[in-house]
Amino acid sequence: MRYEAPGSVDEAVKLLADANGAARILAGGTDLLVQLRAGMISPEVVVDIKNIAETEGITADGGGFCIGSTVSGAAMGEHADLCAAWPGVVEGVELIGSTQVQGRATMVGNLCNASPAADGVPALIAAGATCTIVGPKGQREVPVADIPTGPGKNSLANGEFVINVKLPARPANASDAYLRMIPRTEMDIAIVGAGVNLVLDGSGTCTEACVVLGAVGPKTITVADAAAALVGSKVDDAALAAVAAAASAAATPIDDKRGTVAYRTKVAGVLASRAATIAAERARS
Amino acid sequence: MNEQPKQFKWVGTRAIRPDGVDKVTGRAMYGADLSLPGMVEGKVVRSPHAHARIISIDTSKAEALNGVTAVITAADMPVADSKPVASGEAMINFKDLANNVLAREKALYEGQAVAAVAAKTADIAEQAAALIVVNYEVLPHVIDVMEAIKEDAPVLHDDMFTGGVKPKPEKASNVANRVEFALGDADAGFAAADLVIERQFTTEPVHQGYIEPHAVVADMNPDGKVDVFCSSQGHFMVRAFCSQLLHIEMSKIKVTAAEIGGGFGGKTTVYLEPLAIMLSRKSGRPVRMTMSREEVFRGSGATSGAAMTIKMGATKDGKITGAYAELYLQAGAFPGSPVGPAAMTAFAPYDLANVKVVGFDVVSNRQKVVAYRAPGAPISEYGVESVVDELASELGIDPIEIRSMNGAKEGTQAAYGVKFGTIGFQETLDAAKATEHFKTPLGPNQGRGVASGFWFNIGGESCAGIRINEDGSISLTEGSPDIGGSRASMALMAAETLGVDYNKIKPSVVDTDATGYHFVTGGSRVTFATGMAVVEASKAAIDELRARAAQIWDVDVEGVVWEDGHAKPASTNVGDFEPMSLAELAKVANKTGGPISGHADINAKGAGPAFGTHICDVEVDPDTGHVTVLRYTAVQDAGRAIHPGYVEGQIQGGAVQGIGWALNEEYIYDENGCLENAGFLDYRVPVASDLPMIDAIIVEVPNPTHPFGVRGVGEVPIIPPLAAVSNAVAAATGVRFNRLPLSPPTILAGIAAKK
Amino acid sequence: MAKHHITTTINGEEAEYLCEPQETLLDVLRDQVGLTGTKEGCSSGDCGACSVMLDGRLVCSCLVLGVEAGGKSVETIEGMADGEDLHPLQQKFLEEAALQCGFCTPGVLIAAKALLDTNNNPTETEVRYWLAGNLCRCTGYDKIIRAVMDTAADMRGA
Repeated sequence: MRYEAPGSVDEAVKLLADANGAARILAGGTDLLVQLRAGMISPEVVVDIKNIAETEGITADGGGFCIGSTVSGAAMGEHADLCAAWPGVVEGVELIGSTQVQGRATMVGNLCNASPAADGVPALIAAGATCTIVGPKGQREVPVADIPTGPGKNSLANGEFVINVKLPARPANASDAYLRMIPRTEMDIAIVGAGVNLVLDGSGTCTEACVVLGAVGPKTITVADAAAALVGSKVDDAALAAVAAAASAAATPIDDKRGTVAYRTKVAGVLASRAATIAAERARS
Repeated sequence: MNEQPKQFKWVGTRAIRPDGVDKVTGRAMYGADLSLPGMVEGKVVRSPHAHARIISIDTSKAEALNGVTAVITAADMPVADSKPVASGEAMINFKDLANNVLAREKALYEGQAVAAVAAKTADIAEQAAALIVVNYEVLPHVIDVMEAIKEDAPVLHDDMFTGGVKPKPEKASNVANRVEFALGDADAGFAAADLVIERQFTTEPVHQGYIEPHAVVADMNPDGKVDVFCSSQGHFMVRAFCSQLLHIEMSKIKVTAAEIGGGFGGKTTVYLEPLAIMLSRKSGRPVRMTMSREEVFRGSGATSGAAMTIKMGATKDGKITGAYAELYLQAGAFPGSPVGPAAMTAFAPYDLANVKVVGFDVVSNRQKVVAYRAPGAPISEYGVESVVDELASELGIDPIEIRSMNGAKEGTQAAYGVKFGTIGFQETLDAAKATEHFKTPLGPNQGRGVASGFWFNIGGESCAGIRINEDGSISLTEGSPDIGGSRASMALMAAETLGVDYNKIKPSVVDTDATGYHFVTGGSRVTFATGMAVVEASKAAIDELRARAAQIWDVDVEGVVWEDGHAKPASTNVGDFEPMSLAELAKVANKTGGPISGHADINAKGAGPAFGTHICDVEVDPDTGHVTVLRYTAVQDAGRAIHPGYVEGQIQGGAVQGIGWALNEEYIYDENGCLENAGFLDYRVPVASDLPMIDAIIVEVPNPTHPFGVRGVGEVPIIPPLAAVSNAVAAATGVRFNRLPLSPPTILAGIAAKK
Repeated sequence: MAKHHITTTINGEEAEYLCEPQETLLDVLRDQVGLTGTKEGCSSGDCGACSVMLDGRLVCSCLVLGVEAGGKSVETIEGMADGEDLHPLQQKFLEEAALQCGFCTPGVLIAAKALLDTNNNPTETEVRYWLAGNLCRCTGYDKIIRAVMDTAADMRGA
């Protein structure tokens, strides 16, 4: 295995393209190093992208935010404006692993690793975020929802990598929330995750909503019926019950060592409803 | 009890442990921290199959790899005799142990060692391990204990016939042994009851979960002498086992106990040590071996999963009239589950006239189980304490009251044979009842559970040496690996006995060449047994100090007493002498006969049985089944707490291991009998944010056979939590699950079924 | 496989080592630099025994490549005391029996120091969540949490 730490996007793209699939990108490394150690992967070259300026920092961007792909979870949590605008996105990322893992793990890594249970992803998709991909054919902007294509698989072509994620500008009375179910209180992989992003009008009526589930299918599931139940409502008990029912109905989980189909189906509804409640409370305040 | 002043100067204080600074500064040397010149690294090749015949092993490619210094298989190891020997708190058989260390004919579990390599770097060793070709014939496997006893279950050992039954069975089976303990007539007891409750329970296999993986460095000289440095609960055990397995005389093996990063019973046997010696012999170099976390989960430690039936009957006013238990415990691949202690402890907290307990030791395709903190007791007492709780609830009696009414006391005849002497069970119940915790009201979806626990505690062989140095400082040597602060307790007891400053005493756990045989650090025995040896050695040193003073004063030794660290004339009749301090006597020792020391080599008897009572409050999320432990109190009779801080620590740590067992810890196997959660990600030990403070309350009912009244402490606290948590969850949800762990899916399914 | 020549700062002193690209910072600290106070409990980022500070961030050294430490600053347990003077956390852990086997202790101390360096008045809940990635199997966490809280109180009082 070789280790390369290119200083520019072009160098990185060339290294990745030349490796022809035998390269791995290193940002936070919290998935990569575990996979290396376990012998799950044996890349010829590891390309550390942390020396590339375009992958660094959090910048305000036309009312929204541009978050570099090597920004750690801890750095996101320390960014007051980002936390105020997108508390759900940040809390999802901050649930990834321990304080130690937060010092390294990145939101984009969580996205590209494409675990169905990734905590950093449902709220990010619900937020309508996009990401900037660079590669041999130049730069492209895609919705983050298009990145994971199945367990451990993503849509990046050979030579491509993500340099940042863009979160849109926020209207007034908008907020989001992410909840996950784990048996302990920390350090677990989500059995179910639910991210809700919504916008209220001045009277407290929901005008836009997006509900995204994690860990109940091969990829995240965007539950249109749950969003429809919220829009036009005051996010009241009836709407929340409909959100729960829609989320449970949309879930397509499996039985595995972490949970059962019955459990995940039921709890998908519970968490979607609770996340909607929190998002609405945040939007009102 | 020996006459001791009520007020101690050192015993009962929270002194700073002698090994403390090394441990907070990173200096302490644990098993993997030693490097020797020329050292190579060893790796183990493990079976990927739960049950398979080993047809052939081709090591040629591995041996040919550049940098490889040795490759071994079972063919390199002497064939062991079938011979049962005491190990920790169970009996083991050296033929089985040899097979567990390195499989010979069959691999009996996934993760069993089948070969090992040594190479110049860990990377090369790993590559070499991958080049070893083992040809297996995969056989049907069985994991679950109730599956394993079925007529048509795959049989692990075709020469194993159930012991303890007459006549001897004609057919080999997975039931290694049957045990029975009885007192009175259980059926008559049930006939006299107004209420009889019979329940089935299951518990899943769990692992000790020590944070330090097994590690060893072994160095064998061409003359056959071996140095071993390893993380173990018993370096004398390591010497004995390696001697037996490898046919090396004990005097040629020197084992040094590394600082040990947790054991909880799991480091009372050998895994890597014999392999490292064999690899060192073949390599002609020192060999270091460490397990990965995955290897720890697959190939070491762990205790039984179990199934059991518990039946108890009581009169309307709560008197328990009869009790019956039938226990089935997994032994893993070789016989030797803790079903014996499970059966003996099951009803031991209670004063019962009519009891019967039957237990079965059942092999299955899991790693051989090894001691885990009060082996067996948490399992059987979980079932019993759950039924006691249900009896109390059905009869409308307070859960502490029903235990007080029926609780064992001095003179109680236990079904397993002993008549209890001075014990402190009632005192733990009284203290629990008096807590503010027990009286605090609960909110919605909350429940409170109470449970008690009993453990025998043991004594055994220990030695101690007190050497009084020329400057009056004291070197204290003993050989019980210090797993949680025992050196502090040893120094406190020596300081108290000698009447000197605790800080003048430096205690050391010395190697197997430097002291006599010690039984392992296990059975909650070290503060009791090694402590007793330390006190006796201190007394022997005092006798010598008195003799030196008598010589200086030219009086009979009977005329000299030892008080507050000084030799003094016993009375004015003896003469008018200025008292001489220990330091003064040490200074002139060369003029009075040479170095002054005291030694004791003992086999300690009279360990005091101990009891604990725990109170647990939980809140259950009715929509997700998630359990939050809100509040926890653990009361225990310690006899005498030599160092209260570390006694509380044992109680708190044991309680939390029990909480983990109750809520989330379990081995999960796939359809091929392979472990699916061999890591801390999915084997879920409790993390800091899962827990409240654990209020530890020490009750002191001194053990009359120990000079300071010590009872063992370490094991009792893991026993009550399984039922305390489970009873609390039952109170919160109205559902009795009778199975562990109480994971969120289990609880939510139970709540849904009730509706 | 060429070894990388890395120059870094460890506990305030310049350090150099040669490492293979796949070697972790944990491997390097223990095997190349000889600092064995940082412990390996899992090598998957789940136990926290290998916690160190890397450029002021708390990380698991098993999840960092040795080559990544080039030009950065690494702080380990060996650098926590100031000569013979223990850090207040180290002292408090001794006084309050907040360790048993001591194997998780270096990682816990490094993590706790990282918390108190930025927040000298944490709640019990904050301490518990901050340390959730530091597994301890001996203590049940009680005395660890108390020792961290008590150290923080002392620091505020000082």
